Amino acid sequence: MTASLTVFGDALEFVVDERRLILQKTWEHLLLSGAAMAIALVIALPLGLWLGHRHRGSFLAVNVANLGRALPSLAVIAVGFVFLGVGFWSVALALVVLAIPPILTNAYVAVDSVQADAVEAARGMGMTDRQVITRIELPLALPLIFAGIRTATVFVVATATIAAVAGGGGLGDIIVNQAGYGLEGVVGAAICVSVLALAADGAVGLLQRALTPAGLRVESRAFEADVTTGVSRRSRPMSKVDEQPG
Amino acid sequence: MIPLGGPVAGQGPVIPDFGEGSDCVVENRLFCPDWVRDNWSGTLQPALLEHVKLTIMAVAIGFVISFGAALLTHRLRLFEKPLVVFAAIVYTIPSLALFQLLVPITGLTTATVEVALVGYTLLILYRNILEGLRSVPPDVLEAARGMGLTRRQTLWRIELPLAVPATMAGLRVAVVSTIALATVAALVIPQGLGYPIFIALREAFKTEILVAGALAVGLALVADALLVVAERALTPWNRSRRAA
Repeated sequence: MTASLTVFGDALEFVVDERRLILQKTWEHLLLSGAAMAIALVIALPLGLWLGHRHRGSFLAVNVANLGRALPSLAVIAVGFVFLGVGFWSVALALVVLAIPPILTNAYVAVDSVQADAVEAARGMGMTDRQVITRIELPLALPLIFAGIRTATVFVVATATIAAVAGGGGLGDIIVNQAGYGLEGVVGAAICVSVLALAADGAVGLLQRALTPAGLRVESRAFEADVTTGVSRRSRPMSKVDEQPG
Repeated sequence: MIPLGGPVAGQGPVIPDFGEGSDCVVENRLFCPDWVRDNWSGTLQPALLEHVKLTIMAVAIGFVISFGAALLTHRLRLFEKPLVVFAAIVYTIPSLALFQLLVPITGLTTATVEVALVGYTLLILYRNILEGLRSVPPDVLEAARGMGLTRRQTLWRIELPLAVPATMAGLRVAVVSTIALATVAALVIPQGLGYPIFIALREAFKTEILVAGALAVGLALVADALLVVAERALTPWNRSRRAA
């Protein structure tokens, strides 16, 4: 046990001594995760919102979530490597594939399950289709949409670590290269990745708070669970989506 | 541990050292059926079976722990918050990092992999079992008490059966995500479908990457389908309602 504690001490020492390397790899890691999340958001968010607004494509939304869960990240990155070769964009696109399911499904379910009365009332007040989406559905759906974005963000930051095996760079470069950096380097980088994932989780949470209209803030504090995993960071029941055999 | 220094693609011709090698294998075409045939019993099938074993062990242990914890917090709500926070933090730690963080403690062993995999199942299973237990309508509980059932009888005859759908939903998520995560375990021990993927990545050997990846996805989908069948069998009352 004391031997293992020494390793953790050495690992922290490695992080401090090699801070330039760590910072550079962290930057690569963030760049890769950020690019993947940006592309995934541009694709999945409008699609999910539109399908939810139209109350169409529940089959698609639920099955995309199920399929997304079944895709091992290592396999997706390896397949991206087969078709696109080594490098940043090969891995980034693999990460996009992995990030889309939770964002899409949550956005769909969020808008789809906005109370029909609220939408009806808005239409009765003379709101246009666009106003219904931006003023009613989007604010009410925000907590659930963000639950999906949060899941995707943590997942992408975590999975970007595996990018190293396909030449994508990032902190994984250190983790998979024990021959070069030693166990203390591997453990040090692993600590950095864990902190990064927790920080990303917290950052998206703060962003959600900032974007939630004040009137809804009390409710959103209770926190929605991500419908694709049933996982929420607070004690609230999971959504019913997972109970439907897909 | 496998010496991994990133892929070697682009450094001259790729000559995988698997089998004798047909033209297809030597030229590293997209998919070589003959390689799959030659290496099924030696490489792919053992990896698949190891993967199933790793998954079943992790989910079984995770289920026992989560079930116990859920029963405990069902009675004593005090423990719920700390348990959820702990499980949520574990859930957020990237798998590759968690495996490596455990190596100094448990070494390059199956235990390292299992501890991490079990850790990831806890949040999903615990939440779902607890939610299932709490989803029992109050009038049902009242009726049970009116019929003179003790607390223990209420738990075993009313609450647990009614918690089956939520529990099964959790099991499905846990099994499928454990199958996906177990591929990464190959970084620590040479087992499971991740191992051929890591090996093939190093040699940039396409057939093996695609086949092993497809096996992992296929395994997850088959397991998911089996659990859906199991859930239907375990909840006949839902089936009759659906038929009606």
